[in-house]
Amino acid sequence: MIGNDRVGVRKTHKLFIGGAFPRSESGRTYEVINTRGEFLANIAKASRKDARDAVISARTGFNSWSKASAYNRGQVLYRIAEVMEGRKEQFINDIQDAEGTSNKKATTQTDQAIDRVVWYAGWADKYSQVLGNTNPVSGPFFNFSVPEPTGVVAAVAPQDSSLLGLISVIAPIIVSGNSVIVIASMNSPIPAITLSECLATSDVIAGNINILTGDPAEIMPSLASHLDVNALDLTGITDPELHASLEIEAAGSVKRVRSSPINPQWQVTPTLSRVRAFTEIKTVWHPMGIL
Amino acid sequence: MSFQYAPAPESTAIVNIKSSNGLFINGEFTPGHGTPFKTINPATEEVLAEIAQANQEDVDAAVRAARRAYDKTWSKMPGRDRGKYLFRIARLIQERAREFAVLETMDNGKPIRESRDVDVPIAAAHFFYHAGWADKLEFAGYGTNPQPLGVAAQIIPWNFPLLMLAWKIAPALATGNTVVLKPAETTPLTALLFAEICQQADLPPGVVNILTGDGDTGRMLVEHPDVNKIAFTGSTAVGQAIQRQIAGSSKRLTLELGGKAANIVFDDAPIDQAVEGIVNGIYFNQGHVCCAGSRLLLQESIAEKTIESLKRRLQTLRLGDPLDKNTDIGAINSREQLNRIIDLTKSGEDEGAQRWSPDCVIPEKGFWFAPTVFTNVTQAHRIAREEIFGPVLSVLTFRTPDEAIEKANNTPYGLSAGIWTEKGSRILAMANKVRAGVVWANTFNRFDPASPFGGYKESGFGREGGIQGLGAYLTSEESS
Repeated sequence: MIGNDRVGVRKTHKLFIGGAFPRSESGRTYEVINTRGEFLANIAKASRKDARDAVISARTGFNSWSKASAYNRGQVLYRIAEVMEGRKEQFINDIQDAEGTSNKKATTQTDQAIDRVVWYAGWADKYSQVLGNTNPVSGPFFNFSVPEPTGVVAAVAPQDSSLLGLISVIAPIIVSGNSVIVIASMNSPIPAITLSECLATSDVIAGNINILTGDPAEIMPSLASHLDVNALDLTGITDPELHASLEIEAAGSVKRVRSSPINPQWQVTPTLSRVRAFTEIKTVWHPMGIL
Repeated sequence: MSFQYAPAPESTAIVNIKSSNGLFINGEFTPGHGTPFKTINPATEEVLAEIAQANQEDVDAAVRAARRAYDKTWSKMPGRDRGKYLFRIARLIQERAREFAVLETMDNGKPIRESRDVDVPIAAAHFFYHAGWADKLEFAGYGTNPQPLGVAAQIIPWNFPLLMLAWKIAPALATGNTVVLKPAETTPLTALLFAEICQQADLPPGVVNILTGDGDTGRMLVEHPDVNKIAFTGSTAVGQAIQRQIAGSSKRLTLELGGKAANIVFDDAPIDQAVEGIVNGIYFNQGHVCCAGSRLLLQESIAEKTIESLKRRLQTLRLGDPLDKNTDIGAINSREQLNRIIDLTKSGEDEGAQRWSPDCVIPEKGFWFAPTVFTNVTQAHRIAREEIFGPVLSVLTFRTPDEAIEKANNTPYGLSAGIWTEKGSRILAMANKVRAGVVWANTFNRFDPASPFGGYKESGFGREGGIQGLGAYLTSEESS
């Protein structure tokens, strides 16, 4: 800190589970460096036990979040964007440190990430009109189909695109009422930790979004085989062998598994594909025509 | 007093079963290379025909034919023309409906009343519905230029042989895929008759291929490297095995698996209608229905009265010759399935539930199981947890709507549910809270090609029917 008398206050980087910021129960951390090889921070290294704790929180979060009205969910998502906007400078610095990109690129990514949350916020009370419908069945019945949230989703954020990619994984999962446990980019986790601070100070229900830092190869197998996890988003898993082994674990409770195309284009406006992947179509029949 | 009915059997003269049947590959019937097996009439145990067993060589040939048809013809044909083939198929099924119904009943054991009024007409309707989609796929919500996946391997169960074939083949063809379908080992005959329909429709060779065989044939088909899509209907255990088998491949998968549906009757329900719904829910098709209402949840205050009415109604069901037009309960499809039902019902007695069946004469030959009701069932009993896939109802009770929800959702399955109440707001609240893909309110076991069907949780994923069902056979536009 040459040229400045003040000694900076550094932050302890922790997990985000059930709306709180615990250290890993394992007491482990790992070092994160920037692209120039300089030390950035010691990051909590989540264990399998942390992942199981996160599932309990996510289930509790799901039970209330999935009952929130669509209008309410939209406002909660929009509120995340509001809080993120206030932290823009921090995100830009985090991304620059983590990804070694220019200030301009980091700014663009931050802007896109915030806009992505706003985009999904607007979908909260519309996607079911697009994915659901009434069905003209042959008989005296009123018949309609609606998408409902799948439940608890375990996700791996992409290794690159530490903020935009991360938010593009989280937002479509929660917009329909799911809860998520997301493992942040292992090499660039600090933007995710800043995001968790935004979530903690917004209106997100405790347990609805849980962010773990650590090694996906260590944590994901226990989530893929966990009976109270309903679906997997394997976006950030690029090792084909690990991907296949997680798919095998997923079969134990017939989990839905969503993978990403190779080289996902995060800057492109998405389709509803990710929302659809974590919803279930429910079809309801009732007789009609007796007056 | 009981009324005696004169026998009213449907004539079997309309069907012409070949004593020996080949595989349907590239538009032609060809002998299989495995050891042939026999399919029997489960109501008489008489051999109906010898059926080819497809081995690896046959699977390779069928997939090759499907790939060639996909590359050369089907994926290039305008949707309008694909649709016209499907319309032809729908009409041909209608024209030969009686033949299909009789054959289905002979091979499967289900009452002719059901094959004639449910299986066959809905199968035709599936082709008619999907025919219209073939040239309108850009309106289905999968982007502006949705594409077929390629070759679809489809494996179907024995409970609704022709109907499940229609659920699989119609959407696959409408979206431009070609198929290799394996019917169940015990019910191959209507699939082979359908192959004749494909010939009569002049469907280009290789677009539909039918391979008869056992589980090994199915496994070879799933593992074939040139298959792009797998659609399976059957048990959860086999579905899980398939999900594991294709891990690490880019094959797309949809699964329609088991169920243990709650049929929930509230104290304000119209009891007589509810009793009809309970009977339809579990005794339709001998209970060989993945979405059967196998757990009856009765509100405590009306439990006794409802069980009494139910028992009275069950006394009137007629079990016997499936070809008789007055038969309500047909034959169990196989000895293997019968043994499973016997084993599970025995566990019900052993674990302390109370068993009841109406008086009915069980025919000497064939596989039969009298409609059965278990009362004093707890949630821990095997008969309340495991899919029996037979005419066996487990009755539980509840006091409050919350308790009903709790019990209804207390299962790894999530295929269907029934709700009986006169209160509209309660129907909607209950429909919202049960975790199941299909909810029947004041009705049960309704199916329609326009209405998507499929499960939550361990009942599988993906939908069949409706606009949502098309997604199982199309690429979706995604950049991330």
